[in-house]
Amino acid sequence: MKNQNAWIILTGATIGLFGALLVKLGNPGNMGYCIACFIRDITGALGLHRAANVQYIRPEISGLVLGAFVTALAAGEFRVREGSAPLVRFVLGALMMIGALVFLGCPLRGILRLAGGDLNALVGLAGFIAGVAAGLQFLKRGFNLGRSSVSKFRAGGYVLPLVSVGLLLLLVIKPVFDVKAGGPLFFSQAPPGSLHAPVLLALLAGLAGGFLAQRTRLCLSGGFRDFFLVRDTYLLKGYGLIFLVALILNIILGQFKPGFLNQPVAHTSFVWNFLGLFLVGLCAILLGGCPLRQLILAGEGDTDAAMAVFGMVAGAALAHNFMLASSPTGPTFYGQVAVVLGIIITGAIGLVYREV
Amino acid sequence: MGERVDVRGLSCPLPLMKVKAVMDRGATEIKVHGDTPAARENITRLAENRNYAVTEERTTPGEWKLVLTSEG
Repeated sequence: MKNQNAWIILTGATIGLFGALLVKLGNPGNMGYCIACFIRDITGALGLHRAANVQYIRPEISGLVLGAFVTALAAGEFRVREGSAPLVRFVLGALMMIGALVFLGCPLRGILRLAGGDLNALVGLAGFIAGVAAGLQFLKRGFNLGRSSVSKFRAGGYVLPLVSVGLLLLLVIKPVFDVKAGGPLFFSQAPPGSLHAPVLLALLAGLAGGFLAQRTRLCLSGGFRDFFLVRDTYLLKGYGLIFLVALILNIILGQFKPGFLNQPVAHTSFVWNFLGLFLVGLCAILLGGCPLRQLILAGEGDTDAAMAVFGMVAGAALAHNFMLASSPTGPTFYGQVAVVLGIIITGAIGLVYREV
Repeated sequence: MGERVDVRGLSCPLPLMKVKAVMDRGATEIKVHGDTPAARENITRLAENRNYAVTEERTTPGEWKLVLTSEG
C-alpha cells in the first residue's frame, strides 16, 4: 500500500499545483479546475445556452477524459460497460450540475476556492459532506442502480473520448457557418468566459489530471463516503494535499485573499451555497462518484458514467436558459426552487431504486 | 465458513459495503468476485485494515477474484 500513498501524494501535489497555476496563467479566479463550470462553458460555446459571459471550449475537460482514456488503455483497464440505469444517471447528472451552478463550482473547485481564501466554499463543502451523509442513508437502505455489464460492442466506450477530440478540433479551427448571427460556436468577450489559460497548458493540465485521477480513483464524494463507511482516509489525503499545495502556491503568487466578500465567481448566501453542494453530494453518492470521477470513469469506457456527463451538459443548458445559475450577486429565485425540487427528485430516486 | 460475494458491475461503494456486511457477520473466509479496479483496491485496503490476509485467484481478463481470510 506504500505505492498507493506515493501515487496519491503525486496526484494531490500535481492537481494542487495546476489548480493555482492555471489561474495565474489566465483562468478565472479560483478556477484552476472546475468540472461543473468548464462543462457549462463548453455547453455555452456550442450554443446550447446563450449566456454570453460563460462560453468557451475548456481544453481541461478534453484533457481529463483523454488522459484517463489513454491511461486506462495502457493499464489494461479500459472496459466498455453499460446497463446500470443510464436514464436515471442522465437525470442525476443534470441535477448535480444545477446544484453545482447554484453554489458556483464542483466539489473540486470548492477545495480550490477554499485554497484561495474564499470562506463561502467552507459553507458549500459542509453542505457537500451533509449531502454525502444523506446519500449514504439511501445506500444503507438498499439503494442500487443495478449492475452494469461488459458491452458486446466496444464502440460506445469511444464516444466521449471522440467528442473530447472533436471539441479540441473545434477550439483550434473555430469554424464559422453563420457570419451574421454567429455560430456554430460562441466565445465570451467578457469574464469569466473570456478568461482562460493558454490552450496547450490547459490541455496539459487536463491530461496530467486525467492520468493521475485514473491511477488513484480520485473522487471527493468517495473520500468522505469511505471515511464514513470504514474510516478509510486514502482519497481524503489526496484532497488534503490538493488544498495544501494550492494554498501555498496561491500565497506565493499573491492569489490568497481570505474572506467572504468579493471572492471571484462566488456569492455569499450561506443557505444556497450549503444546499447547492448538498444536492451535488447527494447526486454524487447515488451516481457512485463526483463530477470529476464521472469524467474519468467515462474515459475508462463506462458508458453509464458518460450518460451522467451528458446529463451534466443538459443540466448546464437548463441552468442558464431557465435562470437557475447563481451569479456573484447571489442565487436566483428560480435557482432556489430548482435546488429544493432537485433534492426532492433525488430523494425520490434514492427511495425508488432499491434492491429487493 | 466460506462466503462468496459477487460485486461485478456494481457502482462504488456497493462492493465495499457488501464485503463489509459479510465481514461484520464474522466470516473468516470471503471470496470476492469483481471487475472494477477501484473496488479491488478499496476492498483490499478494508481487508488489510481488518487483519484479513488477501490472496488472488486467477480469473478471466478484466475481472478479479480475491480471497480474504482471517484467524477469526
